Amino acid sequence: MTAVRTSTAHSIVEATPRAKTIAGTLVILYAVISILPLLWIAATAFKSQSDAIAYPPKVMFQPTLEGYVNLFTVRTRQTPDFIAKLPPATTWYDRLVRQHDMVIAGPSKVMPRFINSLIIGFGSTFLAVFLGTLAAYAFSRFKIPLADDLLFFILSTRMMPPVAVAIPIYLMYRQLNLTDTRLGMILLYTAVNVSLAVWLLKGFIDEIPREYEEAALVDGYTRLQALRKVVLPQAVTGIAATAIFCLIFSWNEYAFAVLLTSGDAQTMPPFIPFIIGEGGQDWPAVAAATTLFVVPIVLFTILLRKHLLRGITFGAVRK
Amino acid sequence: MRKSTTGRWSKWAGGALALFAGVAVSALASGPARAEGKQLTLCWAAWDPANALVELGKDFTKQSGIEMKYEFVPWTSYADRFLNELNSHGKLCDLIIGDSQWIGGAAENKWYVKLNDFFDKEKISMDDFVPATVVGYSQWPKNTPNYWALPAMADAVGWTYRKDWFARPEIQSAFKAKYGRDLAPPKTYDELKQVAEFFQGREIDGKKVYGAYIFTERGSEGITMGVTNVLYNYGFQYENPKKAYQMQGFVNSPDAAKGLEFYKELYKCCTAPGMTNAYMQEGLDAFKSGQVAMQMNWFAFFPGLYKDPNVGGDKIGFFVNPAGPKAHFTQLGGQGISVVATSDHKDDALAYIKWFAQPAVQQKWWQLGGYSALKAVVDASDFPKSAPFAPQFLESMAIVKDFWAEPSYAQLLLDMQKRVHDYVVADKGTSQQALDLLVKDWTKVFGEQGKTVASE
Amino acid sequence: MTTIIHPDDAQVTRAVPAKASPAWRARGLSDRSIAWLFVAPTIALLLAINIFPLIWMIRLSFTSLNLSMSYLPLRFVGLDNFRDILTDEDVWDRLQTTARFVICSVALQVFVGFGLALLINRRFRGHSFWTTIILLPMMLSPAVVGNFWTLLFQPQIGPFNYLVSLFTGVPPSSFSMTGEVGLAPWTIVLVDTWMWAPYVMLICLAGLRSIPDYIYEAAEVDRASPWRQFWSITLPMTVPFLMLAVLFRAIENFKMFDMVNLLTSGGPGSTTELVSITLKRAAFEKWRTGYSSALAIILFVTVFGAANIYVKALNRVKQR
Repeated sequence: MTAVRTSTAHSIVEATPRAKTIAGTLVILYAVISILPLLWIAATAFKSQSDAIAYPPKVMFQPTLEGYVNLFTVRTRQTPDFIAKLPPATTWYDRLVRQHDMVIAGPSKVMPRFINSLIIGFGSTFLAVFLGTLAAYAFSRFKIPLADDLLFFILSTRMMPPVAVAIPIYLMYRQLNLTDTRLGMILLYTAVNVSLAVWLLKGFIDEIPREYEEAALVDGYTRLQALRKVVLPQAVTGIAATAIFCLIFSWNEYAFAVLLTSGDAQTMPPFIPFIIGEGGQDWPAVAAATTLFVVPIVLFTILLRKHLLRGITFGAVRK
Repeated sequence: MRKSTTGRWSKWAGGALALFAGVAVSALASGPARAEGKQLTLCWAAWDPANALVELGKDFTKQSGIEMKYEFVPWTSYADRFLNELNSHGKLCDLIIGDSQWIGGAAENKWYVKLNDFFDKEKISMDDFVPATVVGYSQWPKNTPNYWALPAMADAVGWTYRKDWFARPEIQSAFKAKYGRDLAPPKTYDELKQVAEFFQGREIDGKKVYGAYIFTERGSEGITMGVTNVLYNYGFQYENPKKAYQMQGFVNSPDAAKGLEFYKELYKCCTAPGMTNAYMQEGLDAFKSGQVAMQMNWFAFFPGLYKDPNVGGDKIGFFVNPAGPKAHFTQLGGQGISVVATSDHKDDALAYIKWFAQPAVQQKWWQLGGYSALKAVVDASDFPKSAPFAPQFLESMAIVKDFWAEPSYAQLLLDMQKRVHDYVVADKGTSQQALDLLVKDWTKVFGEQGKTVASE
Repeated sequence: MTTIIHPDDAQVTRAVPAKASPAWRARGLSDRSIAWLFVAPTIALLLAINIFPLIWMIRLSFTSLNLSMSYLPLRFVGLDNFRDILTDEDVWDRLQTTARFVICSVALQVFVGFGLALLINRRFRGHSFWTTIILLPMMLSPAVVGNFWTLLFQPQIGPFNYLVSLFTGVPPSSFSMTGEVGLAPWTIVLVDTWMWAPYVMLICLAGLRSIPDYIYEAAEVDRASPWRQFWSITLPMTVPFLMLAVLFRAIENFKMFDMVNLLTSGGPGSTTELVSITLKRAAFEKWRTGYSSALAIILFVTVFGAANIYVKALNRVKQR
């Protein structure tokens, strides 16, 4: 955890095997129940439209890729005669769609939305962590006037409901022509994330003993070089953890996205709940989109799992 | 994101590159991407008729060379999204098929292009369109010759029912035994309640079914669009016909309270469980999956329902919104097509409207699944036979009544949504109380607008 | 909690020449300029995106601005908006609903999260894998979660009611989690706990893991029972973490909008209408910008004040 420790930390001296089994069983039970909804959604992505809204709900069903095809395409309904007159279907998804008396009319908007999520999500995370690291370092190492007040001010910017913040931002962006632009959203998300980033990263950087930098400075490095050579390597864990939190926020954010974007810069969260089939919500397509959308975050989090735990620790304890 | 630890320059470079990349990409992607060549973007709600319009629009492209792009948004966010767009003077839409209630706001805020001169120039006469649609979709102020849209999609609330169930001998005899009359599509709300009670909980084909499906959606406009169908027919009026904005005694008359009570009774006794926040799509799901015997919904969906493999064809029947003790109306739906004032392609947009107004195009619009408002189409002799719901549509369009179309309509609508949902679904207070509070709400809204509201 | 070994300060100062050494300073930017350079962009961004709009909003709250009727002349109405809000019974109802939601959901999350952390800390085989599974709900977008839970809670076509009926025999279509006045508030608490108990669990795990072994070993030597150990060691040393988790979750749940809006639209009636939903309707559906600015400011002041008090209490606990 910290650079130098005098003891390892386990909460209870090694538990008895019996205690472990009980604990294990309870946790596994909770985990299984907790993941059932996700499994249902993942399964719904492979159901046909009628299976998805079957009553009573179907646990066993004939899997199909309709949900995914519907997610990625725009279709129109045609009469069987019209379809018979068309040239034969070339691809498997053409064939699948024709079976339902429909014809693919073009790609749907899901890819542009997904790309928006990628750009806005990762863009704002980069920026927030970048600015946050710099500011946190400065707060940690230098005497900034009014540091405590500034830090509390930074934290308090997170206390407003997003809808409230959106009211003046909406007006402001209208004037600046930033509504429905990726730049506008990146700026906004960065501003929201940077407060958390500064707070967390200051905690991490506080943990790193100054003596190492002092030693580096003595050795003739500039402050910036000391930052790069000494502090950053030790802060990697904290930076990674902060990045995870910032990304999760930006990736999943809905309120700002739905109020300030409508088309060009719309991300996935405002898009997914409104994927409509013929009249009703296209549940297989929504489920497919949900599944695909959560994959990057899950991968990201699994890769940086260890950092996540430490991230919460440090951000939590230090003030 | 692992920060690069290989060198200060690579860190700075990485950060700067990311910054630059982000700004560059978003700057490039910021503006609306207009391709070379003529193009128009048409904004509407995402539903069956929109797909029909896409098909129809191909003719326009062939004839004029202007490519049509579409922005379709689901109904639940349609008003939010496009009112937002219009309010922010966005450039997304050149043409917009806006809801009938937006006309007041659109006209006063100059979001739409006024079409009087254009109509005169192109010899498009509003007399050629069904009067209810002209007043409802195009005029502001109402009943004055100021036109802000061309009636594009005529729509109203109607009902579907399972004709195949009604036709079964055992069901018919059971109904006759219980109520002493033949089972038939209801003509009054009392009859409708009887039929609904009859089917509620009945086993048909091994599954429990329910009587009716009605609108109960809380978020946008659902429950209001449902409850007005009953309220109108029990005597509810928006204002004193002789004195504008006088609502006391018209909105909250004892008859109106009775009507609201009836809607709640219908909701409690004879609908499927879980329909506490249901609007158009849930109704289609419920009907298509065989859960309900009768469904309230917009005529716009009936072509699609008729073609449905599970419940369409011979299995489906249609009837007009039943009458009540005091009146016979149905809630007006539908939209007109308008040119957005901030568009950069107004001339092209007007060309689209000119094309759309042609009788031949209107006829094809009806055939593809849209609902034409042109008299030439709907008054044609073969119109009633052109579709199984055509006669009911004609009858409905003659008895339509619309919600407020004032500029403040959104506030009025949301107030009614709250009061009605509180009473019908959340069991708050009595129907009279709900309507009294509604009068208070609406008085406040009009007051803020500077309109004096007479109280007695 | 953690011990850090610092080199003897005296040794360091003896070895390092005075900071104002010219040779050293000439090598790069001075500390002062670096400090400003590093902090300025963040402060500037926050000023532009947070403070300036906040000031604008304060100004707006004194007006009658309605964006959908912008052709009406703008009137300064002083404190009318504030008076309207604070005397409106409905607004107080919404605040009550929100407070109930925050308290119930945070309490449940803390209970479940802390419990899970205690169990996982036993380090049974495979605990790492199962922890990751439990973390999954936290990574979803709350809006998407709210949306698909409407399907799961559908009495006829959703699996939740059927599962419940399997265990309790109650027919699935006899109750509606999102539609009944008695159930809906608990439903949003349930879904919120499902999503965020893992978050509390992580914080508590960190807290549990930071308690050094030797304390427990000493307690064992003193022959303290496991129960006693829990009450006098585990719980007190985890309380700061718990309080922090409560703070974060309470602030987040007070701001909650997306999940609840998509799950129930604030219904049935207004039984799950949180203040954020009211605010969104007033600001972006009714377009009553002046009024909603006033409401936003009232909310901000409330949260700010409450958080301030809470943080002071938290600091006092930590000092103990």
